[in-house]
Amino acid sequence: MTQPLIEIRSAPHVQGPKSVETIMRHVVYSLLPICAFYVFQYGISALASILVVTAACLFAERYFVRTGTQAGRLSDYSAVITGLLLALTLPPGFPLWMGAVAGLVAIALGKALFGGIGFNVFNPALVGRAFVQAAFPTAIATYTPSFLAGRFTEFIPSSLAWPLMIPADAAIWLKAKNLDALAGATPLAKWKFDGVLANAGDLLTSLSGNMAVGPAPVLILVCGAYLALRRFMDWRIPLAIIGSAALTAWLLYAFDGVRYPNPFFMLFSGGLILGAVYMATDMATSPVTPKGMWVYGALIGLLTVVIRYYSGLPEGVMYAILIANAASPLIERITQPVPFGRGVLDRAKKRATYPLNPGYISREEASAVTPKKRFLPKKPKK
Amino acid sequence: MKLVSYFRGEAFQRGVHPPSCKLTAERKIRRLPFPPKVTVPLSQHIGKAPRPIVRVGQEVLRGQPIARSDEWLSVPHHAPLSGVVEFIGLRPGMRGTWVESIVIRAHPGATQEDLWGRPRDLSQASGQDILQAIWDTGMVGLGGAAFPTHAKLSVPKQAKVHTLVVNGCECEPYLTCDHRVMVEHAHDLIHGIRYAMRATGAVRAIIGVEDNKPDAVAVLRQAIAWAGAGGAFPEGTIHVEAVPTKYPQGAERMLIMALFGTEMPAGGLPIALGMVVSNVGTLAALGALLPAGRGLTERVVTITGPGVARPGDYRVILGTPLKFVLDYAGVPAVDALDARQVILGGPMMGQAIGSLDVPITKGVSGVLVFRHEDMQEREARQTYPCIKCGECVESCPMGLNPSTLGMLAAKREYDQMGERYFLGDCFECGCCTYVCPSNIPLVQQFRVAKQILREKAAA
Ligand code: SF4
Ligand code: SF4
Repeated sequence: MTQPLIEIRSAPHVQGPKSVETIMRHVVYSLLPICAFYVFQYGISALASILVVTAACLFAERYFVRTGTQAGRLSDYSAVITGLLLALTLPPGFPLWMGAVAGLVAIALGKALFGGIGFNVFNPALVGRAFVQAAFPTAIATYTPSFLAGRFTEFIPSSLAWPLMIPADAAIWLKAKNLDALAGATPLAKWKFDGVLANAGDLLTSLSGNMAVGPAPVLILVCGAYLALRRFMDWRIPLAIIGSAALTAWLLYAFDGVRYPNPFFMLFSGGLILGAVYMATDMATSPVTPKGMWVYGALIGLLTVVIRYYSGLPEGVMYAILIANAASPLIERITQPVPFGRGVLDRAKKRATYPLNPGYISREEASAVTPKKRFLPKKPKK
Repeated sequence: MKLVSYFRGEAFQRGVHPPSCKLTAERKIRRLPFPPKVTVPLSQHIGKAPRPIVRVGQEVLRGQPIARSDEWLSVPHHAPLSGVVEFIGLRPGMRGTWVESIVIRAHPGATQEDLWGRPRDLSQASGQDILQAIWDTGMVGLGGAAFPTHAKLSVPKQAKVHTLVVNGCECEPYLTCDHRVMVEHAHDLIHGIRYAMRATGAVRAIIGVEDNKPDAVAVLRQAIAWAGAGGAFPEGTIHVEAVPTKYPQGAERMLIMALFGTEMPAGGLPIALGMVVSNVGTLAALGALLPAGRGLTERVVTITGPGVARPGDYRVILGTPLKFVLDYAGVPAVDALDARQVILGGPMMGQAIGSLDVPITKGVSGVLVFRHEDMQEREARQTYPCIKCGECVESCPMGLNPSTLGMLAAKREYDQMGERYFLGDCFECGCCTYVCPSNIPLVQQFRVAKQILREKAAA
């Protein structure tokens, strides 16, 4: 045998199956049904919006990667996720040119500015959305009802506004369709400004009537569950958000059932579920420590409800997540895991097979004294 | 994941499940032929290297001591072959540097029987005598750490040991040498355990075996019942326990956690809990060597990997050059451009070596060969910045935060790593790097950081 070429690497020499690309790709897969449902709700306007916003994100990503401003590659799919999520948070009739601006800003200010994938402090999609919310306050508040007849053949007129032009007023268009302008308000806005409460069951599926709502929370939860089960997403964050939002809303509801809506309405209206499952779980902007994830989620849930109730805005998810993003390095600092052997030392003693001190020495005695642990998660008898 | 592990009672948190790839678990241990020449490095273990006590040109018999030291943390070496000392000097070592070694050329036609050993009766020997006998065999931990066994088994005056934990987990993928030893040399193992118990004063021994080796558990239980009935030791003092299969179950503190549900205090040793941990391969070898009064001249090595034609567990003479080993195990003909990777040890913690002149030493539990194809996928992985997915935090068995540690390492804030983030607790198991989707060489960074901190501390 001649001396072969030998490669040298450092241990470990095997590697787990997950890579950044696979994670991101699966997130994109799981978003596709949600996007399809969105298109089903709002027709070609929604489709155009998704395509334009995503294209804008990809364009910006490619530009910044090419110029070396940020790390990562186009093929890591992270810009696709940003684009899809951003499009899902915008109203379906959002002027396409504004959508493109939102996409560009999301990547430029939300991601490239910090150095690209992994370095961003804020969720880029939300940065994009926050920007257009400030820049185009009317357009972003203009919703149109879902399931309009002819949605697959006709654009919502505001979609096609020329760049830098004010979009057509949706109310006129709606009147022509024999719907009053109120139909264009989101359930949250209706509750906030008119005191009209939508049925939580209807909100859950988004299917009934001409409601101005986003994709069905049920569908989002199912897609999220898929991701969580395949471990492409952390399950703690959505659970913490939903739990803490429900708890806060329920407490307030129990305190004053007239002034505050019931907790189910809180959970399933607006972007809470989408935010909890897809926005807040953005890896780069959430804490890495398991305990920190709970804290972070709880903070978002709490802030969302508080903003919705006490601020002038109908929707609070976006700001809640952005604030929590900013707080996440701090949360991480105070929730560092306790290293093995440095915490309370008897943590798992109850599941031990052998007591530490051999007061007995025979096996039979051992099984008589301690519960057999495996496959039997029984609590030790006191 | 956590939920699942709770219900299955996996006794330490976190950890990973790499594919086990135990290609050779069913094959009998075979003997590798004697090579024409062996290279015995003087430093094969943790601690001081012994001094050679032979001269160039001197004839040696198999089993004859060829290097010795009076230092406590040092062990003697024995001639693995009957032959002539050809050279004493620098030879390539596994860490890339050249190390002081003794080269012995075999006598053609020598029977290669161990003629040096003097059988002795240790049945009445005291613990101290047994320790001395263990020292004389030149035994070190065969599991990979290569810590001198007599030092490990000796109990300091103020401490008391009640339990001998026998580590038969073999949690590294691919490796099966401990598994085969348990199945084929159960009786040697039991003898070894008895000696170790007497040396340490332990009243019970618990063999922890990962539950992916049910055959080993069955064989051991039977052997114990048989030996116990024969009156070799008080009945019920040796137990076999199947522990969940999970990497790194074979780490001392993880195994103790699995068996006793106790976290070993950070920075402590098992002796603080009244325990001594030893590996099955070590004890089985002791069980065979001690009564025969011989020295350690061979060990069982798993030679495996996708690049090996006849993978298996081989009984290899210490000092056999890798080239000879791989030739015999059938690494297909080599085209100079067909790069490959040769690893000593397991795939998670093993050491990639740069030259096939490196010999098998006492601490080598496996030789793993990956072809270029096998590494290509890994090679093609892009490295990204840390995306803070938290996978590493969830897999670090020591409960560290490799994500933050990695970021600090990139910023060269080594002091921070050591003080605030407990870098010193990391035992380089590789779990964090294994799971990292961004393909960040975390362990490598930690090794460098630890080295720098060590140098700082020394300065
Ligand atoms: S190598 Fe160190 S930091 Fe990484 S998982 Fe193992 S113990 Fe934890
Ligand atoms: S596994 Fe890698 S990418 Fe994920 S948090 Fe750890 S270091 Fe960062």
